[in-house]
Amino acid sequence: MPSRGGRGALRAVAVGYLLALLALPLGLICWRTFANGAGPVWHALTSASARHALEVTGSVAVVAVVANTLSGVGLAVLLVRHRFPGRRLLDALVDLPLAVSPVVVGLALILVYGRTTGFGAWLAEHGVKVIFALPGMVLATVFVSLPLVLREVAPVLEEVGIEQEQAAWTLGASAAQAFRRVTLPAIRWALAYGVVLTLARALGEYGAVAVVSGRLVGKTQTATLFVEERYQNFDQPAAYAMAVALAAVAVGILLVINLLRPREGS
Amino acid sequence: MAITVSHLTKRFGTFAALSDVSIDIPAGSLTALLGPSGGGKSTLLRIIAGLEPPDAGTVQIGGTDSTTLPPQRRNVGFVFQHYAAFKHMTVAGNVAFGLEIRRQPKAAVKRRVDELLELVHMEQFADRYPAQLSGGQRQRMALARALAVEPEVLLLDEPFGALDAQVRKELRAWLRRLHDEVHVTTVFVTHDQEEAMEVADEIVVINNGRVEQVGTPDELYDKPANAFVMGFLGPVTRLDGVLVRPHDLELFDRPEPSSVAATVQRVVRLGFEVRVDLERDGKGELWVQITRGEAEKLAVTPGIELFVRPVAGAVTAGDG
Amino acid sequence: MTATTADPAAGPRPTPRLRRPGGAGLGLGVGLATSYLSVVVLLPLAAIVARASGHGWGRFWSAVTTPEAAAALRLTLVLGLLVAAVNAVVGTLIAWVLVRDEFPGKRVMDAIIDLPFALPTIVAGLVLLALYGTTSPVHLNLAYARTGVMAALLFVTLPFVVRAVQPVLIELDREMEEAAASLGAERFTIFRRIVLPNLLPAIAAGTALAFARAISEFGATVLISGNLPFKTEVASVQIFSQIESDNTLAAAAVSTVLLLAALAVLLALQAMQRLGVRRA
Repeated sequence: MPSRGGRGALRAVAVGYLLALLALPLGLICWRTFANGAGPVWHALTSASARHALEVTGSVAVVAVVANTLSGVGLAVLLVRHRFPGRRLLDALVDLPLAVSPVVVGLALILVYGRTTGFGAWLAEHGVKVIFALPGMVLATVFVSLPLVLREVAPVLEEVGIEQEQAAWTLGASAAQAFRRVTLPAIRWALAYGVVLTLARALGEYGAVAVVSGRLVGKTQTATLFVEERYQNFDQPAAYAMAVALAAVAVGILLVINLLRPREGS
Repeated sequence: MAITVSHLTKRFGTFAALSDVSIDIPAGSLTALLGPSGGGKSTLLRIIAGLEPPDAGTVQIGGTDSTTLPPQRRNVGFVFQHYAAFKHMTVAGNVAFGLEIRRQPKAAVKRRVDELLELVHMEQFADRYPAQLSGGQRQRMALARALAVEPEVLLLDEPFGALDAQVRKELRAWLRRLHDEVHVTTVFVTHDQEEAMEVADEIVVINNGRVEQVGTPDELYDKPANAFVMGFLGPVTRLDGVLVRPHDLELFDRPEPSSVAATVQRVVRLGFEVRVDLERDGKGELWVQITRGEAEKLAVTPGIELFVRPVAGAVTAGDG
Repeated sequence: MTATTADPAAGPRPTPRLRRPGGAGLGLGVGLATSYLSVVVLLPLAAIVARASGHGWGRFWSAVTTPEAAAALRLTLVLGLLVAAVNAVVGTLIAWVLVRDEFPGKRVMDAIIDLPFALPTIVAGLVLLALYGTTSPVHLNLAYARTGVMAALLFVTLPFVVRAVQPVLIELDREMEEAAASLGAERFTIFRRIVLPNLLPAIAAGTALAFARAISEFGATVLISGNLPFKTEVASVQIFSQIESDNTLAAAAVSTVLLLAALAVLLALQAMQRLGVRRA
């Protein structure tokens, strides 16, 4: 409990730090992007390569979100509701993707599926291309966002407890019915939160995708790769336009998250 | 429907929750599983419901072997100690749940829900959410939900455990009346002997994972099978290594046949009754419950010597 | 005849568990989960370690001790520690202001804390370059400088400590502080003796996460660092350039070091959690 003066100083430091690090840079980039109005921005975002990049990002993100939602809920139920040998280890391992560098993830996938490995060569012979293609990018994105749904759902599942499910069983509900009608509504806000976080991570992934995609413009270029490539090629307006578009999506996602945050449902 | 439990055994790790438990619960009865917490009674109830598999033994409900049936197929109503209310559904939604699972037509569900809510006096709360209810109301909602599907057996785990004393008393009497109305075989778990004696037709005393005794409240009180049952169902004191109820002892101011001498240590007046603590020279302590009139007649004060013996026909139990 | 042994199936249980008859379903679930995690996470990571160690310890060691790799790893470690330290202090301070202070705009401030989590990392780098790059309107050019890399790392790690400390601070019993005040403790003493010890586990956890993120970050640093070996090249950027030049052995060797560091942080976090649970 700092004194009035101390409190003001603390507040100034906090606000100043956030302004310098977050708010001012973001504001500046928005201002520069729209310096000549919205027309050039729209133009840059609707160019063939930009549209293609957005499509690639979209499709990779959708697959990753679906995969991680299903596996996240499944893993959460498994880890919270069941006891089995190796549970603690599994519990620790699912957090690994959050701590591993995206570049390392990309390298790992190249070392498994790349053309220089036996498995990669075998896949290539059978017409399956993973590296420098969409499957690799999906794998990379799934990897980096793997625990996000699980980590939101698991604590809520723990807190809700199993009694409501057992009550549903005694009333005749099958395991699937109990899950759909009792468990799912109980975890729905946490699940939505996890899905939104996964989506944000999937849309924004850069490092892992940069490594496995080969960054082929017009083919495997995602929106984030587009930003980097345009910037390096001194096409600042296009880089800024896409960056601001991605930032707008991020802000939108943040808003959704904040709406979801009062999780005490009805 | 009658419930028959034979040779049930259940362990949690090294802890034996139930060891070779066998009981018969007659159809239509209201039975209490009574015992100290940790004695295994809740485990027994959960095994009957199918919420916990036994390690050995069988459960029959209405004559069919239900041991391996999942809870969904046993047609039991289970009321959880903490109600397990579906928080995201209204009271009516909670009560309708089992009926909807059974795909009953909407109109029939509505009718039955109204009927049940009326039965538990919750009509005016149909559209509330569990969070908006008091403990007692949640308890009644949980009961209505369990009864809605017309279960063959109603199982209640410490149904009044989480309620305060006043509500508890009311709900006890209400459960008794409800059972007289619906007549479904009902089993409830409690650690409160007063609750079991007041509500149940029959009491199963369970301790240390074993059945100590089965009987009506009167049988248990008047003919306890052992020292544990006697001690659990009412106050006891010890005279010459035998347990006896303190109100089954009489006091004299001079030696009587088969009486023993003891010195008064303390006299406590509790309204009409008087509690007298006595010390037998080197042979232990005991206490006696007498009326105020008796105490005045004997002029009981600390320090005087009195003579104690059990009344004729006193309930006793060997010191187990 | 005394019976008060703990009965796992009696009384209020936070999460009673049922081992349903038919454990085959559980076995299947565990099998599925393990296979999925193996294919998606474990096998690829194992491939890195295999590649790094495939030619013996000597090759691994020489790969991570080339002057360039060693410089990158050293810079990564130093920046990671600095960033963690700044976050520990400033993150706690921001959390404090968000919980205990009232001022207009606080809600907006609270909301934008999460921006670095939601913003694509490459955009984060670009955004910082706009204000602190060659065209800086405030004439502060951090591009291709270590300070610039550090700013990028501070940007992406901002929420960790704030979001770890904030809920603990909200839950913190104010009566403890009032009791300390009534016992004569001054404001700073109260913070140091009462508040800080209660926040410490959360601060430590948030700082550990920030450190893990800082040593592994790539996207935010790639534009601002300019890939200058021995100057601004952090480990992840170094790995990337080795991959680009098809030197997967060197890349895998440095990656293995990063992996081990990540694993160490995770284990430390788990240990801290268990310790915290025991104390609570």
